[in-house]
Amino acid sequence: MTILKNLGYWLGLPIVLIVVWYLATLGDVSIFVPRPLPLWEKFVSVWLGDNILSDVVPSLGRLLLALAISTVLGVALGVVIGSFRAARWFSEPMLEFLRAIPSTIMIPVLLLVIGLNDTMRTTVIVLGCLWPVLLNTITGVRSLDEVLSNTAKVYGVRGWNRVWHLVLPGASPAIMAGVRQSLAVGLILMVVSEMFASANGIGTLITNFQNRVAVPEMWSGVLLLGVVGVLLSAIFALVQKGVLKWYDGLKAAADDN
Amino acid sequence: MLAPLPVTGTQVIRVVKAMRRDRRAQWGPVVLGVAGVVAFLVTWQLYAEFGPVSDEFLPYPAQVIGQFFANFALTSFWAAIGATLWAWLLGLVISSVAGLVVGVLIGSSRFLRRATFTVLEFLRPIPSVALIPIAALAFGPQLEAELLIIVYGCFFVVLIQTLYGVADVDKIAYETTLTMRMTWLQRARHLVFPTLLPYFMTGVRLSATIALILGISAELIIGTDGLGQSVAQAQLNGAPVAMYALIVTAGALGIVINLAARAAERKVLFWHESIRAEVPA
Repeated sequence: MTILKNLGYWLGLPIVLIVVWYLATLGDVSIFVPRPLPLWEKFVSVWLGDNILSDVVPSLGRLLLALAISTVLGVALGVVIGSFRAARWFSEPMLEFLRAIPSTIMIPVLLLVIGLNDTMRTTVIVLGCLWPVLLNTITGVRSLDEVLSNTAKVYGVRGWNRVWHLVLPGASPAIMAGVRQSLAVGLILMVVSEMFASANGIGTLITNFQNRVAVPEMWSGVLLLGVVGVLLSAIFALVQKGVLKWYDGLKAAADDN
Repeated sequence: MLAPLPVTGTQVIRVVKAMRRDRRAQWGPVVLGVAGVVAFLVTWQLYAEFGPVSDEFLPYPAQVIGQFFANFALTSFWAAIGATLWAWLLGLVISSVAGLVVGVLIGSSRFLRRATFTVLEFLRPIPSVALIPIAALAFGPQLEAELLIIVYGCFFVVLIQTLYGVADVDKIAYETTLTMRMTWLQRARHLVFPTLLPYFMTGVRLSATIALILGISAELIIGTDGLGQSVAQAQLNGAPVAMYALIVTAGALGIVINLAARAAERKVLFWHESIRAEVPA
């Protein structure tokens, strides 16, 4: 019974909305309003055919590569900056400024400096995703548990060991929060960088449809990006559950007390 | 009563060290911060001079900074900033109000909260820039197109924060208001509103940054008036100095918006623990 009820909550409103949407668009509507059935047909014919390999996969590949690069870079820089006061003072004003630049505006610059290729599109995503990871890592490193930190000092844990066994695990909840933020940013930048200039990709295809005034196809692209967004956050939730198992357990234990 | 003076040598050394540390903490951020900026500019200069990128594409920092200030005398420059800020403000206000209203509505009913979960979880991650081509076709390079992008992106941020805020109402406090026979309005005013406000302000602060990014992206691609469009134009005209100067401007604008959002949050939440704790006792 509970399962049925949950299922009702999960699917109830979506089904109602889709039915209402279907009925409301039966008559004549503006060409910009999507209709459920054509939308679904286009979604299947446009995105589940050859375009998966030629456009969807390259897009997602760039996104994942950029996410990996910005995570590694952000964590490495964040550990250094967070650990040393002088490094923090040195980098803070410049970081504050660079972070404030809306990352999409860098696309024309990177177009000039790097050229029209995959490196440029990946760099755009890295430039946007780096900040959430970097800033969260700095905060995480700075707010390490003091008792643990002092204990490590007393036991002479230092250098690489300290980073590996104390700093990284201690900062990992903050780091994961940063990576989650950069997922959303990365998806935005992936689309924009491809709309601006690309040979293939989801954003390019959507722009092509725009030039052909193929509205249902454009909406199917929006639908695809929604699916990609949901899948990405679901996968991330799984990864996070694994990485932060100890932390969730600790919190649950603390709540019980 | 005065603290006893340090007597032993070690104590004296400790005090001197602490004083030195104090002075370092006072000047360190300024000196090193300036050094950081200088280091960045020098690296840029050297890279522009000797790096693999031609001068044509990567101008020297002095040129860019000169252009940045020269822009202040141009009407078109201020018109672009005005257009960007106007779209930003409108978008932020619309999405904040809509997010707050819908959030309170959904948040105050357990049924609605559970029923809307799937729909929200699906609509939220759609990057609003995906709507740019549709907005461009439907509205053309108009303010409406840019607003659509900004509002779609920021609405969900405010909405989710508002939902968190409503859910955070303390159960015991809630039952107390029932015992005290507070009216619905009193409860909303004295219990829900203060609980909600910090979350809502966080949503607005996050949205302030997101709205700028989305607005500039829309200007860049659709070509609505504003900084983004000026950058795209500078790129097409082959004027890299102007382009870099505009990007520096966008960064400055980002900082100003950030500071303003934080100041507004501090002002509105002056009574809240998170803000009070920042004031040294």
